[in-house]
Formats: sequence, C-alpha cells, structure tokens
Amino acid sequence: MKRLALAAALLVLAALPVWAGGTFYINIASQILLYAVFALGINILVGYAGLVSLGHAGLLGIAAYGTGQILNAGHGHAAAIAGALALTLGAAALFGVLSLRGTGIGFVMITVAIGQIVWGVAYRWISITNGDNGVAVTTRPSPLGLSLASPSHFYWATLVVFLTALGSMAMLAASPFGASIRGTRDQPRRMAALGYHVWRIRFLAFLLSGFWSGVAGLLFVYYNQFVSPQAVALAASAEALLMVIAGGSGTLLGPVVGAALVVIMKNVASAYVERWNFVLGAIFVAIVLFMPEGLVPGAARLWRRATARAAPRVVAGVATQGEGPAR
Amino acid sequence: MTGPAPALAVQRLTKSFGGLLVTASVDLTVAAGERHLIIGPNGAGKTTLFNLITGELRPDGGAVTLFGRDITRTPGWRRAHLGISRTYQIITLFPRETLLRNVELSLLGRSRARWNPVARLDRQAALVGRAREALARVGLEHLAERPLSQTSYGERRRVEITMALAQDPKVLLLDEPFAGLSIEERRDVLRLVTGIPRDVTTVMIEHDMDVALDFAERITVLHFGQVVVEGTRSEVVAHPRTREIYLGE
Repeated sequence: MKRLALAAALLVLAALPVWAGGTFYINIASQILLYAVFALGINILVGYAGLVSLGHAGLLGIAAYGTGQILNAGHGHAAAIAGALALTLGAAALFGVLSLRGTGIGFVMITVAIGQIVWGVAYRWISITNGDNGVAVTTRPSPLGLSLASPSHFYWATLVVFLTALGSMAMLAASPFGASIRGTRDQPRRMAALGYHVWRIRFLAFLLSGFWSGVAGLLFVYYNQFVSPQAVALAASAEALLMVIAGGSGTLLGPVVGAALVVIMKNVASAYVERWNFVLGAIFVAIVLFMPEGLVPGAARLWRRATARAAPRVVAGVATQGEGPAR
Repeated sequence: MTGPAPALAVQRLTKSFGGLLVTASVDLTVAAGERHLIIGPNGAGKTTLFNLITGELRPDGGAVTLFGRDITRTPGWRRAHLGISRTYQIITLFPRETLLRNVELSLLGRSRARWNPVARLDRQAALVGRAREALARVGLEHLAERPLSQTSYGERRRVEITMALAQDPKVLLLDEPFAGLSIEERRDVLRLVTGIPRDVTTVMIEHDMDVALDFAERITVLHFGQVVVEGTRSEVVAHPRTREIYLGE
C-alpha cells in the first residue's frame, strides 16, 4: 500500500511537465525542488543537529559563483560542477570549524557573520565576483547527451537530484550516524559520557549540510543562469531557514513542504496580491500560533486527533496504547 | 608501590569555580572490584569530583589515573572507551526516544558503527538484540518500545544504570542513584545496584545512608571539597568526625 502510494507519487512528479500546463508552472516546480534540496541540507544542521544556521545562503552562493567563474574561465561543465562542489565543501569545513566554537545563539551569530562576509565579497570584491552585476552562465550542461536547456528537461534533472537528496536524507535519518547526530542535539553531555565525539559529529553534520547546499547552488545557478549578491544575502539565508521551520524541522518532508510553500507564495500569490510578502508573513504567524512544530508534524497531529475522534471511544483507547511501537 | 594498580586513583586533585575551592587536593584510591561510597553534605564537591574523573571538567591541578594510566588530559568521550561509565544525579537521557533506542545509543557509543550513515539502525540485529537483552535483565523489556518520557522516574533510573552497564564499564560511577525515588522504586534500584557484576569497580555518591551503607566496602567522607575520613565501612561509621559532619551530632 505504502509502496503503491510512493510509486504513484513518483509517477505524478515525473509526469508533471505533461499535466502542469505550461512552462511557467514547470519552472516553478523546478524552483520548488531546488529550494527543497537546499532546505533538506539546512535541515541536517537545524533539525537533526539542533544548530540553527543563518549563513547557509553563503554556501549556496559559493557553489553558484564557483560554477559561474569556472565556466567563464573556459572550463567545461563537469569541471565547473566538481570544482564548485569541492570549493563549497572546503568553505563548509572552514565555516564549520569557525562556527562550531559556539552552540545556541553563539553558533547563530557566527553563521550570520560568515554569511555577511560572503555577501561582502560578492558585493565588493569585484575582480572575483563582478560585484553588483553578478555572474552569468550562458549554457546548461547536457548529462548523458540530454540538453537541459528546455524547462521540462531541466525539471527532470532537478527531480533526479531532489530524489537523491531525499533518499539519502531518509537513509541518514534511519542510520546509526543519524541517531548520533540527534543525540548530540538532545543531550550533548550524555553523548560525550557515552563515548561520542560530539564536536566531530557536529562538524560532519555541517559538512553534509554544506554539501547539499552546494548541490542546491549548482541547481540555482543553472536554473537562473545568473547569480548576484542578492542570492547570498542574509534575507536568502533567513528565507531558507523559514522553509525548514515552517515545514517542520527534523522531519523528512517538512523542508520540502516549506520550500513549496515559500516558492508558491512568491511566484503564484504575487500574481494576485501585490503585497504577497504580507500574506507569507501572515501564514508564518498562523503556523507559529497553530502548528509551532511545523506544517508536516502539525498536520500529522491533527490527522491523528481526527481519526481518533472518528473511531469509537473504547477502540480509540486501545489504539492509543498500541500507538507507541508503531512507526 | 607494589601490587596491581588501583582501578581508579585521584591524586591531589584541585578545582575551583572563581574563588570557590570545590575540590581541595583530594586523594582517592579505589581498588579493582571495590565498591566505594562517597558521602558528604550538600556542596561537599561530590559531583564535581565525578565530573573531574569523567572529564566533563578539567582540574586546575592534580591527576586522575585509570588502572595506572594517566587520563588527566584525556577528553571525556575517550574516557568512556577506556572503561568509565556514569549516571547523573539528575537523570540525563533521551526523553523523545524509546527505552530500546536509549540503550542502543549507549551500545553504539562504544561501537564503530556509530559513524555509519547508510545502514538502518533498527536492522542491526546484533546491536538491537543486545539492547533488548540488557533491558530484559532489569525487567524492562515490556517497555522497550515506549518513549522514555512516558515512563516513571524509577524506571528511567533503571534505564540509566542499564545503559551504563551495557557499555561493559571497568569503572562505574553512580551519582545519587536513589535520589527522588519512592520506597518501591528504591528497592528495585537497590536490587539492580547490588547485582552489578563484582568485576565492575563501582563508586557511588549517596545521601541515603540506610541504603548506601550495605552496598559499600570502603567509604570516603567529603566536606568542603576535602577528604575528611576514609576507611572501611565500620571505621568510617565509628569515626567521630563522620558523626559530627554527616550525621549532624
């Protein structure tokens, strides 16, 4: 049953360019998926490791700028992608070492500072980043001979990357290392006493998170075929963090739902409401008031309550007792 | 010195917080297999001493040795691998996880598998089996799938001791394991504590003299960060300073 639903969902997603009704909507779907990859990456740190970062747009931007400038230096797409990912991982390692000197608010503030430094470089170090004019990428790659120039081809490529990210996230969450990461979030002292190297676990979580932010950066720069300082601004980091929190941090699907919410509000609602930011803000307030744990866990809670009420009383009592072990 | 090295030895250990000297040149020697009790009034520095032994705090001076090996500068997580396990005065576990997962995390702590990002934790048959066995030994297997937050305080205390024992420690430090327990819960925990294998060197901090005295072979009395009396159970109980400080006479 579950497998059937999964297969059906995959089919619907794969067939999206057929039923979406136009390039505009296919492109919005690509944007949702690329921001979902970004949010999934941030979620490793924010949701599983309990370390709130407000500087991840910097990592996305380093991958995007890296790709653009390697391409502009005359290298091919393979070199640009590999180089940009290596660059992002290196930056993530450096940022991790710096920001993991603190936890809690200290960690947040260091990530803000690092993000602002990246933004400063993007905006002011014109010889490297072309400043306010940004960096353009004229072509998209053609993996396996399939050109990604058309919106539907790009969507399919993004879908493959997104599914890989989602699958590896599901695997991580169920793995011993995933349990180790969550343990350092809930009880760092106890984890150290049990023999876990808390710092190293957090550092690896930072690297993983940086890797997927870099992948999102590749998708970003190939989707827009352009990157400018706006992409690495504090507002971009905050928006991505809001995606994670609104959807439900520490859950598998929360970041995806959050990314969909923000992208749809930005692109669709803005066509009907001039002050779409106001609508988005109102939605966030509503989420904080009624589902502080995020949309995905909040909806699951309401669903459980609704089904428990629908069932007869006595059966409901038995059902809640048996609920513990059910996964 | 002759004979085998003591399981745990602390020499002239000193620690102060600001101007407050909480551990004042403490010497403590615990032989292998011994059951040692540390008593003393509130603020005597008992828990601080534990934190110095496990590496959660760095001493200002002095040394800690484990079976003759100097571990004063060894990071806390590595001391767990060398054989030190502990419980906390205020239970420090994973409330959102099930009892089974709590014990699994304890077993993983000593296993290289903790770095594995691709395997499924609930399919690690050997590990899950050992965790279930450990819970069964303390009569908690029927609660294995229940989240820790839905268990009683006494059950949590037993889980915590089970987790420490599951790591096969050489030296086990119990910080007030009977604090806050009801009479029945206390009986359960006492049964668990007295059933600890004799090859595990055990050091216990406890306020409750009635329970703790039966357990201990040797006792150290701490007062204002200093060792006041040290000796066998009967020596310490008979000592006038013990009565003066601890029993308030």
